[in-house]
Amino acid sequence: MTAFKLNQKDVRTDAPATSPLLFVLANDLGVNGVKYGCGKSQCGACTVIVDGEPVRSCQTALSAVAGRSVVTLEGLREGGKPSKLQQAFIDEQAAQCGFCAAGMIMQAQALLDRNPQPTESDVRTSLNGNLCRCGAHNRIVRAVLRAAREA
Amino acid sequence: MTNTLLMDRRRLLQGAGYISLAFSIPAIDALAQAPAGDKPRLPGDLNSVRKIGAWIQINADKTVTLLIGKVELGQGILTAVAQICADELDIDWKQLKVVSGDTALVPNEGVTAGSFSMPNCGPAVRQASAEARKIMLDLAAEKLKVPADKLTVKDGIVSAPGAGSVSYWDLAVGQALEREATGAVKPKAPKDYRYVGKDVPRLDIPAKMLGEEIFVHELRPKGMLYGQVTRPPTYKAKLASLDSSAVEKMPGVVKVVRSGSFLGVIAEREEQANAAAQALFNAAKWDIEKDLPGNDGMQDWLMKTKPARIIETKKQPRAGGDPAVKTMEATYYRPYHMHASIGTSAAVATMGADGVMTIQTHSQSVFETAEAIAKMLGLEVSKVRCQHVQGSGCYGHNMADDAAADAALLAAAMPGKPIRLQYTREGEHRWEPYGSAMVMKAKAGLDKDGNVLDWDLHLWSTPHGTRPNKNPGNLLSARYLEKPFAMPTPQNNGGPNFAADRNAIALYDFPGHNVLTHFITDMPLRVSSTRGLGAYANVFAIESFIDELAVAAGVDPVQYRLRFMKDERARDVIVKAAELFGWDKWKKREGRGRGIGFAKYKNIAGYCAVALEVEVNKRNGRIRVLRAAAAADSGHIVSPDGVRNQIEGGLIQSLSWTLKEEVKFDDTGVTSQDWASYPILTFNEVPSIEVALIDRPGAPFLGTGEASQGPTGAALANAAFDAVGVRFRRLPLTPDRVKAGLGA
Repeated sequence: MTAFKLNQKDVRTDAPATSPLLFVLANDLGVNGVKYGCGKSQCGACTVIVDGEPVRSCQTALSAVAGRSVVTLEGLREGGKPSKLQQAFIDEQAAQCGFCAAGMIMQAQALLDRNPQPTESDVRTSLNGNLCRCGAHNRIVRAVLRAAREA
Repeated sequence: MTNTLLMDRRRLLQGAGYISLAFSIPAIDALAQAPAGDKPRLPGDLNSVRKIGAWIQINADKTVTLLIGKVELGQGILTAVAQICADELDIDWKQLKVVSGDTALVPNEGVTAGSFSMPNCGPAVRQASAEARKIMLDLAAEKLKVPADKLTVKDGIVSAPGAGSVSYWDLAVGQALEREATGAVKPKAPKDYRYVGKDVPRLDIPAKMLGEEIFVHELRPKGMLYGQVTRPPTYKAKLASLDSSAVEKMPGVVKVVRSGSFLGVIAEREEQANAAAQALFNAAKWDIEKDLPGNDGMQDWLMKTKPARIIETKKQPRAGGDPAVKTMEATYYRPYHMHASIGTSAAVATMGADGVMTIQTHSQSVFETAEAIAKMLGLEVSKVRCQHVQGSGCYGHNMADDAAADAALLAAAMPGKPIRLQYTREGEHRWEPYGSAMVMKAKAGLDKDGNVLDWDLHLWSTPHGTRPNKNPGNLLSARYLEKPFAMPTPQNNGGPNFAADRNAIALYDFPGHNVLTHFITDMPLRVSSTRGLGAYANVFAIESFIDELAVAAGVDPVQYRLRFMKDERARDVIVKAAELFGWDKWKKREGRGRGIGFAKYKNIAGYCAVALEVEVNKRNGRIRVLRAAAAADSGHIVSPDGVRNQIEGGLIQSLSWTLKEEVKFDDTGVTSQDWASYPILTFNEVPSIEVALIDRPGAPFLGTGEASQGPTGAALANAAFDAVGVRFRRLPLTPDRVKAGLGA
């Protein structure tokens, strides 16, 4: 049994401690905001925030988050409403297929938590390990800068 | 709205208070109606599915359901057709629900591909909606006893001055929409549109940003198990022997499925299925062939292999005139490209107690894939139902259909249990059907001023279309089963200028103009439709070569193109892109260059020109794209931001292809197996992009999704030439290749 905080709530799971956090979140705990993209920490689609740090959940064992706090896309909502960052992604229509969006938003949230007023270059560098195939990059950058501006 | 895709028929018919009787016969039957010879030609896909009720249903809960056969791939099609429908029906956008891609419910619109959705689905929805509105007006006129032309409609409420009002929901009883469209109702004038032409937010985006269930990867039906397949080490390897007993004892493994050389596993957890599939691979012994030409040998292979067909794509010898005073020639090469979707392909399949195999899939061709899977499983076609649920962007025929087939193979081995399968990254990278490698040889005869007299383009390509197409032999795993299905020989279908030869006919007016296609059906690597088919490579060659001719003639590349371009709309986008870029004010600087490229996609779809500026680092060979400007004409624009998004996205993807991408393989198989061995463009490499749209209200909708790839590739190579004076004709333009070209 592994216990940790998921989006501010205490959760317990009897999934094997060696299971990738990604599959525990997606398959045991019903989290949509994590995606399998590569299983090798190369694409960022599975990014979650663990104790304030962006982490690739595909290569993080469940046991590594025991007793810690995990935040996923679902946990960003504020009072049931989209967070500023989520709203900025919606307002900028920052997607085509949107499969990478969850990881992008989590990576960007971790950046904004550390640096609330990033430059465009800060945003690009921070997101450089998150892959997008549709070519929504510039929209995503605009969305992050917009969220910073409106915060 | 997240699960409208999984709406079952009962819910559609009754649960939502459905009152029209559109489905007193299954929608699927409506598809069988071929238009009789004397029937009018109806717009788009309405011509083949002519019943209004097959497209539009008016529900008692004050909503309207729009049913379409095209599917959402991230291109925004659901939103665009919803805009059209809401406008023509005079309803509030929020009153509309869209159901798409369920073989049991929607009109069969074939494959969602080729930038055909707006040209074929858009006009069908417009006409069906306009006719539905007319039916409602006629019913209202009768009820209110007022002539129909005195009525107005807002948000589904039909009003007459001084005679009260009645709503669609009150009127739509019985079989109101159960009639064929006539084609006699005229859609609205563009000026009367409320949603069309405006930037309305896309319907599917909020769910994706908030973590609501929307992707097939997120479906978790009760009792679901996880599947994975084990591919052979090479394409033609045969399973020689396997002792699977140890794998069967691995934690969570429920079943090992073996048929011939097909191997799959079902487990309680996803990671257990993946581990067991890998263990199966390790335990299996295979007979392996070594007969591939390797990525470096591919250009020679294409030129040497006997083509199945040599097609005269265009034959227009010059009639008389003086002989050319000079001849120029150049050969270009495009390697294999991956679709390289960020999410690997996935599906959920369940063999029901009623004998129906239901598959949730992100296939682009739900109807044809369902039929192929039925034949693979030995089921009647009516016993396989595919429901489209969104996946990661596909950019053509990736492994979506294979995942549907594999999930079904596993589900068939375990009836009653929903099986979800998502490929591993390596499984997708190494086995997806790539965009074919191609060679293009261009030759021009010129007059004394450097003008083109004779233009020849010869191209060599393996196929671009191996979609399921109702044939199990096109499903990857079906070829490895104990009773294997042979892959049918692919065709270069669709007429001239359509597949390998897509966009091989330049839009320029040259006195002599010949195009010859060498269509090779041997396939060293698995191939199929990848965004633009042959268009990217052909436009790369054409637009690079015309640039070479302009330079040789000492003429500005924009002006040189305009010399031969008579199509006014083409001229407009070329001029617009140059203006937006600041072509005439641009000043040459050391190491920097500018380039332009143009195409009208397929010569029948969207027009696009791209101009960009690059900086070439001569020391390390890196090309940095500094900025890009694009101009596009997609006819009457329904969603301006949707068009911009497609042009931008296509441009960025094409920069990635052109700068970085090549599927690597040796004599046995593909070695590009992840993002490290097949890198794509990242945030730091993406330039700023400006897009100018030229709207043509009232003109036909032109497909946009594949318009910017070809022009971008050529613009990049042309800009690199402008920067360093070296012509790069072999893709991709990697630092090593640039350094080699510079002689560094």
